[in-house]
Amino acid sequence: MIEIKDLWFTYPNGVEALRNISLEIRKGEFVAIMGQNGAGKTTLIKHFNGLLKPSKGAVLVDGVNTESVSVAKLARKVGFIFQNPDNQLFCETVEDEIAFALKNFGFKEAPLKRRVTWALNLLGLMEYRKASPFMLSGGERKRVALASVLAWDPQVVVMDEPTIGQDYSQKEKLRQFIIQLNTQGKTVVVVTHDVEFVSECNPRVILMSGGRIVADGIGKDVLTDVELLTQASVVLPQVTEIFMGIKDLEFPLDVIDLYEAKELLLKRLGGK
Amino acid sequence: MSVFDGLKFRGISSPIHMLDPRIKFFYVCSIFVVAIIFFELLPLLVLFLFQIPFVILARVQKEWIRSLRGAAFLASIIFGTNILFRFIYAGYTLTASDVEYASAMTLRFIALVESFSIFFLTTSPDHLGLALEKSHIPYEFCFAFTTAVRFVPVLAEEAQTIMDAQKARGLELEKGNFLRRIRNYIPILIPLIISAIRRSLELAEAMEARAWGAIEKRTNLYTLKMKRNDYLLVLVSIAVIIVGIFVKIYVSVPTISNLLGF
Ligand SMILES: Nc1ncnc2c1ncn2[C@@H]1O[C@H](COP(=O)(O)OP(=O)(O)OP(=O)(O)O)[C@@H](O)[C@H]1O
Ligand SMILES: [Mg+2]
Repeated sequence: MIEIKDLWFTYPNGVEALRNISLEIRKGEFVAIMGQNGAGKTTLIKHFNGLLKPSKGAVLVDGVNTESVSVAKLARKVGFIFQNPDNQLFCETVEDEIAFALKNFGFKEAPLKRRVTWALNLLGLMEYRKASPFMLSGGERKRVALASVLAWDPQVVVMDEPTIGQDYSQKEKLRQFIIQLNTQGKTVVVVTHDVEFVSECNPRVILMSGGRIVADGIGKDVLTDVELLTQASVVLPQVTEIFMGIKDLEFPLDVIDLYEAKELLLKRLGGK
Repeated sequence: MSVFDGLKFRGISSPIHMLDPRIKFFYVCSIFVVAIIFFELLPLLVLFLFQIPFVILARVQKEWIRSLRGAAFLASIIFGTNILFRFIYAGYTLTASDVEYASAMTLRFIALVESFSIFFLTTSPDHLGLALEKSHIPYEFCFAFTTAVRFVPVLAEEAQTIMDAQKARGLELEKGNFLRRIRNYIPILIPLIISAIRRSLELAEAMEARAWGAIEKRTNLYTLKMKRNDYLLVLVSIAVIIVGIFVKIYVSVPTISNLLGF
């Protein structure tokens, strides 16, 4: 779905933000990108819909080189949700906000209405449809931003730090929601610092540091590699930390999932 | 954006950066005066070249060239309208002196941009605020001014992010006729204005939380003191004005087309 070949990117001010990135994200995959501040995560995902163009190398979306088409064209396939919803909200009502992109893509009236309603329901925003986006809470604004992108049903959904500023129950809902999107066949890419969030979703994990990819694999491998994580300034998931702390008791060291941990402990303790 | 880049302070150290902003401003004013009194190409050319050593001394050549490039659009408009009016005025003919006059007007503008760009490239907003304060302008105004200057690049960056976010929602800025294109900017302006207002409210609260305005007389971390180079620049600036006025009154400036024997 997204194919990146030997990508280098340098900002106009000379900062070399990406160095020799090669990566393939297949259709229907769920990918989490992690790494310290300034690692180049945001810079990388901005290449997925052509907001940034490679300084060297190439990015292909569905076989099309991003260099050769407009952002608007790519956006139809790759929905991009920015970290800060305030960077995009500008309409009088939530409903208009969601319809904005659909109008840009030239949806006719009937399907447009249907999709707005669908997106409002999807994110539990029906009661706010006539409200002003500026009057909503931070978490609700974030959901509006999400709805305004999902409304056009892009094949790939890219999110930059979706869990920031969300309370625990919202985060849990978001997690369920992302997993649901993924099981429906959408390709999902999430950039996040939230290890617990990632370990509970269990996606493919890509670890970045200093503009390079330093690890790429399943969560069980990447999130339990202490050396790698230290290099990328990411902490271990809490469950893994516990299991490493009691490694004398000969538990496996690659546990990241709460449920698995519980099972293991119950078995050892002889409970049910 | 490139115009702003050519005016944005570069925090390197050079003899020019160390100068007192008040003196630098005086220098800009002297260039301004001389640029205004001449209508001939030759003295304006001298004025333009005269400032290049300052640029090199301040080591801001790259930014300076960028500011000139940013000014090129306006400069070409100035040149174009001058030529056009001369052309119509002279009854649809054009002589070398007309071209020279239009070039002079354009060069005047460029020389002014040049001096302003040297000033802003080498003067930190903090020093500027300090200079204003020293000139007995109420601190509130100085603060508002320096904050405004400092937030221009922040706002520019924010505008870029907002533009990215709206493009990602299928907005095409370049699409449609003239009116439509202006309307295309609404989704960018509204979030920008709202975030600027929100930011200013937050800034006000943060400042009050840190005891802004608690006492009448504030102290400063840095103080301005005139040094040898400052006095030197004062002399240079005065000399520029005197020489300028002298030449204007007593010397009949030849035109370049005369010199070249047209
Ligand atoms: N618009 C820009 N102009 C110049 N340099 C930039 C720009 N945006 C980012 N950078 C630089 O590029 C590097 C990578 O930045 P990027 O935003 O991709 O990091 P990130 O991994 O998303 O970090 P964070 O976790 O803080 O969001 C950083 O060194 C940053 O300073
Ligand atoms: Mg980022």
